[in-house]
Amino acid sequence: MPAPAPKPSLRAIAWVFLAIGMQSFGGGMSAWIRREVVHRRAWMGEREFVGGLALAQIAPGANGVNLAVFVGTTLRGPAGALAALIGMLLVPVIAVLAMGALFTEIRDIPGVEPVMTGIGAAAIGMNVANGVRMMRKNITGLWPYCLLAAIAAAIGLAGLPLVAVLIAAIPLGLWGARP
Amino acid sequence: MTGVLLKLALLFLGLSLLAVGGGNSVIPAMQHAAVTTQGWMTDKDFLDLFAISRLAPGPGSLIASLVGQKAAGLTGAAVATLAMYGPTCLLVHAAARVWGRYRDAGWRVWVERGLAPVSIGLIFASAIALMRGTETGLAAPAITAAAAIALTLSEIHPLLVLALGGLCGYLFRF
Repeated sequence: MPAPAPKPSLRAIAWVFLAIGMQSFGGGMSAWIRREVVHRRAWMGEREFVGGLALAQIAPGANGVNLAVFVGTTLRGPAGALAALIGMLLVPVIAVLAMGALFTEIRDIPGVEPVMTGIGAAAIGMNVANGVRMMRKNITGLWPYCLLAAIAAAIGLAGLPLVAVLIAAIPLGLWGARP
Repeated sequence: MTGVLLKLALLFLGLSLLAVGGGNSVIPAMQHAAVTTQGWMTDKDFLDLFAISRLAPGPGSLIASLVGQKAAGLTGAAVATLAMYGPTCLLVHAAARVWGRYRDAGWRVWVERGLAPVSIGLIFASAIALMRGTETGLAAPAITAAAAIALTLSEIHPLLVLALGGLCGYLFRF
């Protein structure tokens, strides 16, 4: 059995997720989490992270929040999950509620709409880049690439319902990776 | 008051459990419930809350907190947020604990490998769906492509890319 990697402290987990919560304008939560947890700090391996991402996507609820709970739980159990969850949501919750109380007609402020469109478009690009990086680290062989492209096209282009695509795709993925 | 809080709790509990694949999928149902069924706000109010949830950092699903705030003040926000995230987080936590017990099991490695194309495919699927959802025009796809290339090929800080995206959005539109 390999020696367990040194586990980050609860304070370190809370701090990293606080930073993610403060910076993640336009969404892109899973890209931020992977960048901080896997790419910069190596708290978790690529394969373990992608497995957690799949769990976060397949389980009901908001994907980014689910992923924070997965990472926190894996690193430090229940306390780690709370540290990640509260760390990530603290600043955004205060920010939305303050804005909700201050602005009633935020869309009418000149410039807000185009700036948000630009940030949103860049955040989609961040997700794409994260997808490409994960693909390079995790996907080998023709079959997984075909499956990946088919899933992206079925939902993104053809607009097929997600649950139906998952029911078809998960067995195909497992079949492709069979030992 | 208690009636509103109970309605908020049940609404967001239900919506969170329906949100397989992410929070965005339940926004239309949320709007319908908040505007038509419960009458907490107008459609215009809801779109303003949606815009605020996009303006703030963090997950877009925080629109749940805003709907709660609009319906029943800070208590409403607390109830809506807890109902939206609490049960699903407990579920994921329980699943992650079971998963963690089998860290070194051969079948877990197999499942992780098998699910990798699925989860990465879903990332691209939602990126495509989001791009198609924005109105026509070449500015937004160009920003998306430039951001994707910069963040794939370099270690540029994402916050800088997001800021440049916002600046481009401002410049191209005016």
